[in-house]
Amino acid sequence: MSKIPVTYKRTDLQSDQEVKWCPGCGDYTILASVQNFMAEMGISKEKIVFVSGIGCAARFPYYMNTYGVHSIHGRAPAVATGVSVSNPDLSVWVVSGDGDALSIGGNHLIHALRKNVNIKILMFNNQIYGLTKGQYSPTSEEGKKTKSSPFGSVEMPLNPMSLAIGAEATFVARSIDMDRDLTAGILEEAKNHKGSAFVEIYQNCNVFNDKAFEQLTNKETKVANRINLVHGEKTVFGEDGHKAVVIRNGIAQIVDTKDVDESEIYVHNIHEENPSIAFSLSRLSHGPYGPTPLGVFRKVQRDTFTEEVHDQIDVAKEQKGEGELDKLIRSLGTWEVS
Amino acid sequence: MSTENKTVESIPAITIRFAGDSGDGMQLVGTRFTDTSAVFGNDLATLPAFPAEIRAPQGTIAGVSSFQVQIADFDILTPGDNPDVLVAMNPAALKAHLHDLAPNGMLILNEDAFEEKNITKAGYKVDPRESGELDGYRVFQVPMEKLTKEALEEFDLPGRAVLRSKNMVALGLISWTFNRPLEDTENWINDKFSKLPEIAKANIKALKTGYNFGITVEAFHHTYVVEKAALPAGEYTNINGNIGLSWGLIAAAKKANLDLFYGSYPITPASDILHELSKHKNFNVITFQAEDEIAAAAASVGASFTGKLAVTGTSGPGLALKSETISLALSAELPLVIVNVQRGGPSTGLPTKPEQSDLMFALYGRHGESPLPVVAAKSPSHAFYAAYEASRIALKYMTPVILLSDNYVATGSEPWNLPNTEELNELETNIITKLNTEDGFLPFLRNVDTFARPWALPGTPGLEYRVGGLEKEEGTGNVSYDAANHQYMTDMRAWKVSNIANDIDKLEIHGDESADTLVLGWGSTYGGITQAVNRLNEKGVKVASAHFVHLNPFPDNTLEVISKFKKVIIPELNTGQLLKLVREAFLVDARGINKVSGEPFTAQELTDKIEAIINE
Repeated sequence: MSKIPVTYKRTDLQSDQEVKWCPGCGDYTILASVQNFMAEMGISKEKIVFVSGIGCAARFPYYMNTYGVHSIHGRAPAVATGVSVSNPDLSVWVVSGDGDALSIGGNHLIHALRKNVNIKILMFNNQIYGLTKGQYSPTSEEGKKTKSSPFGSVEMPLNPMSLAIGAEATFVARSIDMDRDLTAGILEEAKNHKGSAFVEIYQNCNVFNDKAFEQLTNKETKVANRINLVHGEKTVFGEDGHKAVVIRNGIAQIVDTKDVDESEIYVHNIHEENPSIAFSLSRLSHGPYGPTPLGVFRKVQRDTFTEEVHDQIDVAKEQKGEGELDKLIRSLGTWEVS
Repeated sequence: MSTENKTVESIPAITIRFAGDSGDGMQLVGTRFTDTSAVFGNDLATLPAFPAEIRAPQGTIAGVSSFQVQIADFDILTPGDNPDVLVAMNPAALKAHLHDLAPNGMLILNEDAFEEKNITKAGYKVDPRESGELDGYRVFQVPMEKLTKEALEEFDLPGRAVLRSKNMVALGLISWTFNRPLEDTENWINDKFSKLPEIAKANIKALKTGYNFGITVEAFHHTYVVEKAALPAGEYTNINGNIGLSWGLIAAAKKANLDLFYGSYPITPASDILHELSKHKNFNVITFQAEDEIAAAAASVGASFTGKLAVTGTSGPGLALKSETISLALSAELPLVIVNVQRGGPSTGLPTKPEQSDLMFALYGRHGESPLPVVAAKSPSHAFYAAYEASRIALKYMTPVILLSDNYVATGSEPWNLPNTEELNELETNIITKLNTEDGFLPFLRNVDTFARPWALPGTPGLEYRVGGLEKEEGTGNVSYDAANHQYMTDMRAWKVSNIANDIDKLEIHGDESADTLVLGWGSTYGGITQAVNRLNEKGVKVASAHFVHLNPFPDNTLEVISKFKKVIIPELNTGQLLKLVREAFLVDARGINKVSGEPFTAQELTDKIEAIINE
C-alpha cells in the first residue's frame, strides 16, 4: 500500500495564536521557513511534536498547529527523548536557543546527541540572552559588553558545531535565518536522517545583539565569508572561488585557490565516519567572524536509541512472551499456606 | 542428617543478626536463611543494613554489613528488636553489634578472625573474648576459616575463593541450629553457579560442613524449632519494598491499558527499582537511565505527554533536582508518579539508612502554589498497593503524585499473600480521541467530577494542542496572563487535589477504639507502631493506632477519627513533620516521638515511649 503524501498549505501549520516576538526578529523568518517546509514534508501534523525549553525561541511550539510542549529551561532534549522513545512514529522537533541548549541544558544536549535519539534539534543562536533582556550567552564573543558584563565578557565562547561533533552527533549542520533555501535544504536532510540531528541557525536579535551575523549577511562581505559546505563538491568560496579549503595533516586550512593543486582542494563528504575532518572544518571559525562554514558538516548512520530500545522490547517479548502479571508476582518462588 | 542426642526446643519467634565485613557475604547468608524460612512457612521480616561504601577498609567498623531477620510462628510486623542470636564474622562486627544482643543471647564468633591485628582494627584495646564483656551471653567460637579450608582442600580453588565460602559454613551452622533443611539453598547454589560446577560443589560442601559442625560439636547441644505461622490461607512470596513497588507499577500500567515508562538516574536506595523494571521489557516497559535526575523527570514528562504511565524514581537529593520538572507536570496537568525512596538527609546524608524526613519536601518542595497528592508505602508488600494507588490517582486526576517509600520498606522483606490479579481494579484514564466541543478541542475543559483535563495524545488527528509551564487559560489552554484566570487556575489546581479526599480509603482505627490515646503514623513505622499497640493492648493498656497511606489529601474522616481521642501521639523518623501537619490541620495538641539515628524504631522502644506518654 503506497502512502498518500500529506501536503498542507503553510497556514495549516499556523496555530491560532498571535506571534509575539519583537518586530524584525530573525525568529519570524525561521518560523516561516519551518512552516513552509513542514507543509510539504509529507508527515501529517498530528504526528509532529515540537518541544522547547525556555527563551525567545522556546515560544516556537505555540505558533505551530501541531502537538507541542513548552517545557522548562534547558530540558527540551530530555523531554523530547521521552516523547520519541515512547512513540517512535512521531516526528519530534526541539527548538532551542544558545542559552537554553548550551548553558543550562548543555548536559541534556550532549546526551541526546550521543544516544542518537530520533529527534531534530534546531538551535537558534543569537549569541545573547534575549528573553532576560540582554546578558552574554555561552556563544557571546570574548569582550562582549552586556548588562551583566559591562567591562566585557571574560569567557571563552563555545563552538556549537565542535561541541556537537565531539558529542558523537550523527547529523550536524549550520544555517542562517536569512537564507531560507539553505534552511529548507538542511531541514529536509535532517528530517530524512535516522537519529538525532543538530542544526545551529544563526539568528539575528535586532534588539539586544543586532548585526551579530552581519559578516555573513551583508552583501559586501557575505561572499567572502560564507564557506558553503556541499556534499561531493570542492570547497571553494569567495569572489570567483578564489579561496579554498584544504586538509593538511588532518587540519582544515583556508588557502588561495591559485596556490594549490586542484586535487588538493577538499571535496566535502558528509558521510565520512571519522569525525576529525568535520571537527576541523568547525574550527575554521569560532563564531560568525571571517570565513565561516555553513551547511551540513556531518551525516552518518548509526542505530538510533529510539529503535534499539524497542528492538530490545520486541526480543524480550519474543523470548519470554507477553508479560503476565500472575507469572510476574510468582517469579521469586512461592509457598502455600492452607 | 540428624540431630541425635541434642535437645530440640520449640520457640515462637527468634531474631537473628548476621554481621561481618562488607565482603563477607552476610546479605547473602541472611537472604538465604530468610527464603528457606519463608518456604518453610514462618512469618518473617528482615532488615538489611550496609555501609554506603562498596568495600570500606576490611576489618573496620565502617565496613561492617549486617542482615537481621525475625522468624516467627505468628503474625509479626517487624524484623525484631534486639537479636537473640548474633553471628559475628570478625571483631569489628562484634564491636558494632554486641550492644544490641539480647541478654543471654547466643553469640557465634568466627574465632579465626580474632587475631590481634583485627582486634586492634576494630578498636578494642584487649581481646573482647578475654575482657569479660561477653559475660552474660552464650558464646560459641567456631573456627570458620579453618573449617572452610579443610573442607575445600579437595577442590582446586585459589585461597581467596576458598575463604569466600566461609559464609556458607556460618549459614550451615545456623541452619542446623534452627532445624532448617539445606535442600533449598543447595538448589539455589546449583542454579546460581550452573556454569561453574566446581564452585557450586565447593559452596555446598562448606554449607554441609557448617551443618555437620553443629551435629558433632558437643558445645552445640541445643537446637530450636520455630513452627509454621498461622498466616491467612493463600499463596505467598517473600518480597522487598523495591520489588513490590516495581511490580505495583507494572500492574497499574497493565490495568490502565497503558505501557509503563520509568525514567531514573542511579541513586541508593532507589536503583533497585530501575534494575527490576529493566528486566521486564516483555511487559512493554521502557526504562530510561537518564544523564541526570532532571532528565529522568523531564523524559518522564515527555512520556506522559505521549500517553505512557510515566514514572520517575529517586531518593531525597534526586527529588530536589526533580522539583522544577514536577512543577511543570503539575502546571501542564499531566499524570506522573514520582517515587522517592527516602534516606537520611540533608544532602548526601546517610544513603543507606532509613529516615522519613522528606514528607514536608514532598508536600511543599516546589515553587509557586503547587499542591499534589502524596502517597506512602507502609511495608514491603504494601509498596505494591501504594504504587498502584499512586498510579490510579495520577491517571484519574491528571496530576503528578509523589509516592514515598524509604530505605526500611525498600530493602526489608516480608511474606506477601499474593492478590488475585483479576480482582485489581481497572484504572481509568482521561484519554480523548474526539473533539470535546462542537467548535474544536479544548485541552483544559475539565471533567465535572474529577476536574481532570482531557489527555490528548500525539498521533490523534484533530486534537493537536500545545501545553507548557506558562499559565493556561481555563478551557482553551492558551497562554494567559489574565489576573482572574490565574486566581481561578491556582484555586482549581488546589481544589482538584483536595477533592481526592473523597476518593481514597478512610482512615481506619486499629486496637482499642475505646482508648483515650491514638498513635498516628505514616509510612514505614507501620510495623513498629502496630506491634507496640498490640503489646500494650495485651498488657491491658488502652491505646489505638491509625496509619496514613495518603498524606495529601488526608482521608475525609481524619478529623472524625482524631476527635475520638484525647491524646494523639505521632512517632516519626524525623523531627516532627507529620506532627506539624496534623497540629496545623486539625488543631490538636499532638505529641511526637521522634528519631533520626538512621535506624528504624524497634517495637519495644515505641511500646515504652507510648506507655510513658500515656502515663504522664
